[in-house]
Amino acid sequence: MRAFVSFSVLALIVVGLALSLSHVPFGKDRMQVANYYLDHGVADTGATNLVTAVVLNYRALDTLGEVTVLFIASLGLGVFLSWPKKKEGTQEEGKRELPEASLIVRRGSQFLFPLIILFGGYIFLHGHLTPGGGFQGGSVIASAFLLMFLGNNAYRLRHTPLTVTESLAGITFVVVGLIGLGVGGYFLNNFLPKGSMFSLFSAGVIPILYSAIGLKVGAELSGIVANMFESRSER
Amino acid sequence: MTTGNPMMYVGAVGLIMIGLFTVLSKRNLIKIIVGLTLLDTGVNLLLVAIGYIHNRTAPILTQAHADPSKMVDPVPQALVLTAIVIGLGVTALALALAIRVYGHYKTLDTRKIRGLKW
Repeated sequence: MRAFVSFSVLALIVVGLALSLSHVPFGKDRMQVANYYLDHGVADTGATNLVTAVVLNYRALDTLGEVTVLFIASLGLGVFLSWPKKKEGTQEEGKRELPEASLIVRRGSQFLFPLIILFGGYIFLHGHLTPGGGFQGGSVIASAFLLMFLGNNAYRLRHTPLTVTESLAGITFVVVGLIGLGVGGYFLNNFLPKGSMFSLFSAGVIPILYSAIGLKVGAELSGIVANMFESRSER
Repeated sequence: MTTGNPMMYVGAVGLIMIGLFTVLSKRNLIKIIVGLTLLDTGVNLLLVAIGYIHNRTAPILTQAHADPSKMVDPVPQALVLTAIVIGLGVTALALALAIRVYGHYKTLDTRKIRGLKW
């Protein structure tokens, strides 16, 4: 019954999608707005990675919204996992002793940890020049913390530095936007000089914003990982 | 100009449908979350595929490759870039809820969880 209902719903959706999408000429040519971004992106923003130009210049306000969504998700996760502290009698079951990882895994993860952090920093600092950016760099940084948690049973992350980093990065984003409002007349105005193409210090406020996003996303995702691991060790 | 390969869209929509079917028909909460992730991936793939144009490169200027007329649409890519991270956050939140549900009901079966039956 369930499968039948599911299949009929899916069939309806597939037919609807096929009927509505079959006449749209996807993949033929770009839209007007994309042509504008590609032709004027570098002159407008100074960022040679045009995806970054869209994310942090033309649509920077949307990016602020996305960062807020991620913040709320990580906040909700922290609340759900830590709120009723050890009340539901989970002590007796499910508390398995995890075997300690082998020496190679332990030392290997400790050796790789700073390199992965460095790589994440590189990705978000060069987000306006090369593929990558704040979201990707932040995810790479969080993966370094995940590796540490997997390789070392006793590894714990202190939450205060994470929270401070996250808050400061979020405040930086908004403050840069407000300075743009004061200087140029609209929120998140790119008020710094654009610099020359292909150099690290170019594209005005975009590297600052992407670094803020990178630190914020990294701190949030690391907090998510830490919360998950701590809830495991509690029960 | 050649059109894109329709298999891209078929594959992406197929992934969405597999995810939707998993969400609708499975009874284990973890499997439902896996279905949500598949759905998310399928939507991202569909968006990128819509922006793709045959024989064009990523919208990133380099010194060797600085011709904007040979690039694909950057707007869906910018959209998907953030959507991936949001999807990760949503998955983590759903998993946290599943942990809580398991702590309370001692099961992940939606038939045995009051208020989740259908």
